[in-house]
Amino acid sequence: MTAADAAARLREQFAVEPTVDGSLVTAAVAPEQWQPVARFVRSTLGCLYFSFLTAVDWKEQGMEILCRVENLDARLAVMLRTRLAAGVDRCSTLTGIWRGADWMERECWDMFGVRFDGHPDHRRILLGEDWEGHPLRKDYAVDTPHAPYR
Amino acid sequence: MEVKPPVPQIPPPVWTEFKDLQEFEKYRQHRADDDKTSNALASIADAIHHMPGGWIVTTGTDKIFNWARKSSIWPVTFGLACCAIEMMATFASRFDVERFGMVPWASPRHSDLMIVSGTVTIKMAPMLKRIYDQMPDPKWVVSMGSCANSGGPFRHGYHVVKGVDRVVPVDVYVPGCPPTPDSLMYGLLKLQEQVAHFQKTGERRPAAADTK
Repeated sequence: MTAADAAARLREQFAVEPTVDGSLVTAAVAPEQWQPVARFVRSTLGCLYFSFLTAVDWKEQGMEILCRVENLDARLAVMLRTRLAAGVDRCSTLTGIWRGADWMERECWDMFGVRFDGHPDHRRILLGEDWEGHPLRKDYAVDTPHAPYR
Repeated sequence: MEVKPPVPQIPPPVWTEFKDLQEFEKYRQHRADDDKTSNALASIADAIHHMPGGWIVTTGTDKIFNWARKSSIWPVTFGLACCAIEMMATFASRFDVERFGMVPWASPRHSDLMIVSGTVTIKMAPMLKRIYDQMPDPKWVVSMGSCANSGGPFRHGYHVVKGVDRVVPVDVYVPGCPPTPDSLMYGLLKLQEQVAHFQKTGERRPAAADTK
């Protein structure tokens, strides 16, 4: 399966307009289609390898969730991206589809404060349990002095 | 015809011909009082008295205790980041801090010195404080590298303590990113100078006070 095939399959199955760049298919999906598209990408396009999941804070334009998965046999990569509305920090989880999404979503919660509904173990992963705030958000004040060590 | 193998002729060693030995003999003759003029004792000796069969050094207790303290500073092996590589190189044979009496020791309960070698994150700071608290008094801290001194390149990040002196009291700061083993050894020698003037006042003298 080539990248163009995968883009065509995505286009006919869902109302998305994927772009193709080499072997990479990038699809912007609606937040409510996040799980169905991901399940389709895994089961039909065969993207078993979960590369990463992260977020981008676009300030008043809302938070964007990015997820890249790959089909190593077909040398196909799919980048899924969804834009949450401004002020919304909830997204549906991908842990039921790729187990590798577990820690990535925990890190995303840790750094960006995105809640993943349905995540089995929704805790911080890198920062301490007593940490306040989510440091990679744009509105996080980095130089705020906090007792005792900061 | 029989061929005989050559028999090697090794001349017997004449030890007096060795130049090092000659110099050593001359040195022994020159220093008839033996270790009385040794540099190791000169710093603590107020007076050296002859006795039948030897000699006696009189000195102050503070002086001799501090001399003993500075001559056997045991640093706890506490590597945090890339500075630890330079610290390990300093401990190893090429730079060899064991000639200063330093033995890198893997237990804080037997150590006198903590070399904070690297970035102290906010998550690590309580553990660093705990290790420091486990060390017996008197104890000293060397802050090694830009990160431990001030936070370094991560000073404007969210996760790094902006200087380890916000966690534990620091005696000597060694700048560099990372400091070379030479820099660290210079800092350790500065620490030795400071330890030589250690007093049980509870106050810490700044390291710069002893520099000339």
